[in-house]
Amino acid sequence: MATEAKLRDDLDTRLRDAPRGGFTQAARVAARARLLAMGLPGRRDEYWRFTDPAELNAALPVAAEDPVAEAPLSADGALALRFDGGRAGPVPAAPAGCDIGLLGAADASDIHWAGSIYGTLEASGQMPVKRPFAALNTVTATEGLLLRVTSGKPVVQVEYGVGSRDSDTYLHHCIRVAEGAELTLIEAGRAGARSNIVIEVDLAPGARFHHIRAQGRDADRRTITHIFARISAGASFKSFTYGENGRLTRNEAILDIVGDHAVAHVAGVALGNGAVQPVLQDDTVFITHGAVGCESRQVYKKVLRNGATGVFQGKILVKPGAQKTDGYQISQSLLLDEDSQFLAKPELEIYADDVKCSHGSTTGAIDETALFYLRSRGVGKDRATALLVLSFLADAIAEIEDPALADQIVARLEDWLGLGEAE
Amino acid sequence: MLKIQNLHVKLEAEDKPILKGLDLTVETGKVHAIMGPNGSGKSTLSYVLSGRDGYEVTQGSAELDGVDLLSQEPEERATEGLFLAFQYPVEIPGVGNMTFLRTALNAQRKARGEAELSAGDFLKLVREKARALKIDAEMLKRPVNVGFSGGEKKRNEILQMAVLEPKMCILDETDSGLDVDAMKLVADGVNALRAPDRAFLVITHYQRLLDHIRPDVVHIMADGRIIKTGGPELALEVEQNGYADLLAEAK
Repeated sequence: MATEAKLRDDLDTRLRDAPRGGFTQAARVAARARLLAMGLPGRRDEYWRFTDPAELNAALPVAAEDPVAEAPLSADGALALRFDGGRAGPVPAAPAGCDIGLLGAADASDIHWAGSIYGTLEASGQMPVKRPFAALNTVTATEGLLLRVTSGKPVVQVEYGVGSRDSDTYLHHCIRVAEGAELTLIEAGRAGARSNIVIEVDLAPGARFHHIRAQGRDADRRTITHIFARISAGASFKSFTYGENGRLTRNEAILDIVGDHAVAHVAGVALGNGAVQPVLQDDTVFITHGAVGCESRQVYKKVLRNGATGVFQGKILVKPGAQKTDGYQISQSLLLDEDSQFLAKPELEIYADDVKCSHGSTTGAIDETALFYLRSRGVGKDRATALLVLSFLADAIAEIEDPALADQIVARLEDWLGLGEAE
Repeated sequence: MLKIQNLHVKLEAEDKPILKGLDLTVETGKVHAIMGPNGSGKSTLSYVLSGRDGYEVTQGSAELDGVDLLSQEPEERATEGLFLAFQYPVEIPGVGNMTFLRTALNAQRKARGEAELSAGDFLKLVREKARALKIDAEMLKRPVNVGFSGGEKKRNEILQMAVLEPKMCILDETDSGLDVDAMKLVADGVNALRAPDRAFLVITHYQRLLDHIRPDVVHIMADGRIIKTGGPELALEVEQNGYADLLAEAK
């Protein structure tokens, strides 16, 4: 167990080389002050009881094995770019209505639209729950996408590579989608031996944002991500994350619905097999309803075996006056053996009287009757189990709107389940 | 075809004997019916033959064409040609009926050393079978049994039977939950599958299913054994007089 002093030394080491200057300077200084005030988390912090932050707290990452090679998620006509160990590849030429820039390149310039986003959504997302790794990211990130869509429906496809076996990667993406515009963001792969990715998304009234993320099938991954979104009236935010294995994966979504009749959906499928290395898959969600007639939806499913651990912490906060809120939350796990565990903390906090909010959380095993039904038709036990896993995940997969991307996710899923080749 | 000798079975969990020395032989090409009151062990017999967990065979044997069934896994028994039509077919959301059927058929073909069917060939086969059974192709596109009516679920069982082409079919209270019209449709499906190289064991409470699926032999089961065997007239006798007389006679 690291002491306070040790944590502080580690933090000092990590902050020493933080970038200075440019349009992000003020945000970095403010984030540094926030971070030093809150410190790094320990197991006694309310939102870190289930997930040990030690490997995220350490000054240096543990060298990781190379990731398993796999085809990137792709979409026709997508604008593709790569980050390897935090270094950006060439920026594709963007069509009219879409600006793609890089944090690393833009850092020296004084005026930039991203200046009003960088660190701002992160800062407002620190209340009421502290998110120190997001603040750390704002201080230290050297690279990231600056993506602004003013018209049209571009698709941007980001592929990550680790760069080196001990890369400690901080990426910070700023996104703004203007009124009536639409953006699809695809992310795939592992960004570093240890990686910390923050995405800040600002949606203007009526803007639409789709996010599909696949976090790689490799076991030796330590990742923390945060998505902070500000969702204006009539806007739509939809995010889906697919993850396999990984030593420590924590995905946080902090969604602030500020305009009436807006929609926020987050969903995830995580598959954990702890046979080779320990696996921990953590989804932590905080959705704030601050406007009238908005809908939020959280659908998370986990399949765990061989000692894998799944964590879900999901909160819906309905502020005073946020009437006609429709909030839905479900988190379910399928445990394929008795060694695995699922730890769930669903929370509702409601200060308006005309709202509909529901939450449910279940942990279960494979249904024996269904398994027997499939086997009685000649399907072997392993394959029958795999089909029932697909069945369990079906309504989370259904959250992916684009059928071509859903097919790619299902293909990865079938591959993990060993259903791939025989089909 | 199916030969059961002195079969004794108890519930694993409760140490409660259910089958108590059951003997039954079903010949190739024949339809046998088993009737009996509630709790006589009819459904247990179908589960034990198909390999469901939770039962312990303490004595006796069951063979399909000379192959010992009781030592095999459920999928191995299916590959040997055994098929159980469930009393309550299971709903499997998110798995398409076609995927399910093709997975099952190809698993059996592979286990028998036969070539697996391509998606195209399989589609052709299923459409042909569905047409013969007057089953709407729309049903094939839906997830397995999800949102199906009672009648549709039972017809889906018959479709599976038609596609998998088993040699020994057990129908476990296929008439339960069906209205008269639905029962007739299901019975028509079964009758269409009657063949010289295929046998049926029809388990039912009531005689009315046997009006539509005419059995060659009727067995009365009570307290874990076959207590009487006869022709189709035995079913009529039960319908008119109930089981009381037969049970008294057996004692």
